[in-house]
Amino acid sequence: MSTFFRESFIVFRRQLRMNLRNPAWVIIGMLQPVLYLLLFGPLLEPLIGQFGAQNAYTFFVPGMLVQLGIFGAFFAGFSLIGEWREGVIEAERVTPASRTALLVGRLYRDLLQLLVQALILIALGWAMGMVASGTGMVLGVALTLLLGGACAAASNALALTTKSEDVMAPVINMVMMPVLLLSGILLPMTIGPAWLERASDFMPIRHVVDAVRSSFAGDFATNALGWGIGWSVAMFVLALWWGTATFRRENA
Amino acid sequence: MIEARGLVQTFHTRQGRQKAEVRAVDGVDLDVAEGEVVGFLGPNGAGKTTTLRILTTLLKPTAGTARVAGYDVATQSEDVRRSIGYVSQAGGAFSGARAGDEVVDHGMLYGLPRRVVEERGKRLFEQMDLPGLWTRMPKNMSGGQKRRLDIVMGLIHEPNLVFLDEPTTGLDPQARANLWQHIRDLRDRLGVTVLLTTHYLDEADALSDRIVIIDQGRVVASDTAANLKAQVAGDLVDLELVDPALIPRAAEKLAVLAPGPGGVEVVDGHVRARVPRAGRAIQGLLRDLDGAGIDLESVEVHRPTLDDVFLALTGRSLREAESAPSGTDGQPRAGEHEVQPPTPPGTPTATPAAPTTEGAVR
Repeated sequence: MSTFFRESFIVFRRQLRMNLRNPAWVIIGMLQPVLYLLLFGPLLEPLIGQFGAQNAYTFFVPGMLVQLGIFGAFFAGFSLIGEWREGVIEAERVTPASRTALLVGRLYRDLLQLLVQALILIALGWAMGMVASGTGMVLGVALTLLLGGACAAASNALALTTKSEDVMAPVINMVMMPVLLLSGILLPMTIGPAWLERASDFMPIRHVVDAVRSSFAGDFATNALGWGIGWSVAMFVLALWWGTATFRRENA
Repeated sequence: MIEARGLVQTFHTRQGRQKAEVRAVDGVDLDVAEGEVVGFLGPNGAGKTTTLRILTTLLKPTAGTARVAGYDVATQSEDVRRSIGYVSQAGGAFSGARAGDEVVDHGMLYGLPRRVVEERGKRLFEQMDLPGLWTRMPKNMSGGQKRRLDIVMGLIHEPNLVFLDEPTTGLDPQARANLWQHIRDLRDRLGVTVLLTTHYLDEADALSDRIVIIDQGRVVASDTAANLKAQVAGDLVDLELVDPALIPRAAEKLAVLAPGPGGVEVVDGHVRARVPRAGRAIQGLLRDLDGAGIDLESVEVHRPTLDDVFLALTGRSLREAESAPSGTDGQPRAGEHEVQPPTPPGTPTATPAAPTTEGAVR
């Protein structure tokens, strides 16, 4: 196990070094939720009563957090394609290092990035008037990290499977549209017609959004929280398995 | 060091609606002894890279077995990985990372402590002619420097066996000659066994103790360059006459010396034949021609080249095999990602046109 952590840490340190050298993507990824918060948040303020909530930012920040977790992480795979093309993945795979460590080291980087972004987002939301439970925020961020880890692992797996930005970009766009629309990230699904709300029940990420929202609101007794935790863990395990399989697969 | 038996690798490709099975490697046997430098020669798509990927545990063979550095590639892959170095065509250092960092991280993935890797890496940088490039990014290096950096990465854990996949592809002639020297040094100075793939005849000729020729997934010959060339029946004698009208008579004279099945050919006013030990026979031939009053514009004697060997073994020249990869089974390149230009400048892949009296014999 200590070998595993050592190996994954070597991979993580290398990735972090490269990210810090080229922080453009981190900043772009960060900018999006901040802009949503600054430019879309105020629109919610007069409507918030209709959602059954009091504070627009307590409602909106969790949604943005999940969006950050999904969207930032989905793009993690693109850098992997560049590395693959330059033979880095092959060179790593020819070392005795654990294949899972090669993937997990990269996930550490994505999770660290996500954590920093989440803290900035929460600080900003708090400055704009968000009122949230402390424990709830910790739990909400933890759920976001689980979901982000799942998306990053899936994105890496997709990258190693397609090995082409041209194939990967449309696939991600295709996945992201329904995720954004059916997860209630921007507006709660409960204000829509019944059929739309039913449809959103089948979108796992909607349950994570609900769970993060209830935990921020300090509402720990709801079913939503259990469903959200369950889905986050399930997606994380599944994506990790998929990601490891692609690193292990003979022709990756 | 390497002992492979009956390696087979099949890929499934899809062309339109038809599914096709491509046998990229089709029953390869390969033995490499300790301290040997073996050149794996064949056209693009012959199965060189695929074989290498099997031997380096990156690809599981569809059939067959292989022991590398004493370990089975299928069941003891981790031990194999620990004992070998592999320099792929694509390299292994990220273009936007510092060279030294990449080397250190790579070495540490083998479980070596940072101090050891750093010291070793810096020493290898000196040996590989990369002084002062420790903090440079590969994207700011020349092709030759980048290749040498890749080799440093392959050597960082001091393996006894190194695989080099097309090490000089895309390099200019000077950088190639320089890299050849470094590859020779691997064996001479470090005692490393080397298996390198190449589709350049001169490279295989210049570097290898032994050449293994592979074509369409099969090994068609394995011997020293000298022995392979000796299999080709004789040197090529090429006569050009002042008076083309005398060609039939010159052909008659030459035919006496050419017992081989090819006989005498007349191409573009040149009379050609394969003559065993032409250096000796040519004196008599010249005297004979002179006596018959046949004046010569030029005489050329070409020693057999590996291209002639390839032609004799497969019925086509290496250059033809490059441009038209095997008409029958579609695209045998599946699974290989070769990213080189078809014929980089300055690479004498074919010799018949070269106006020399001596072929490339070392």
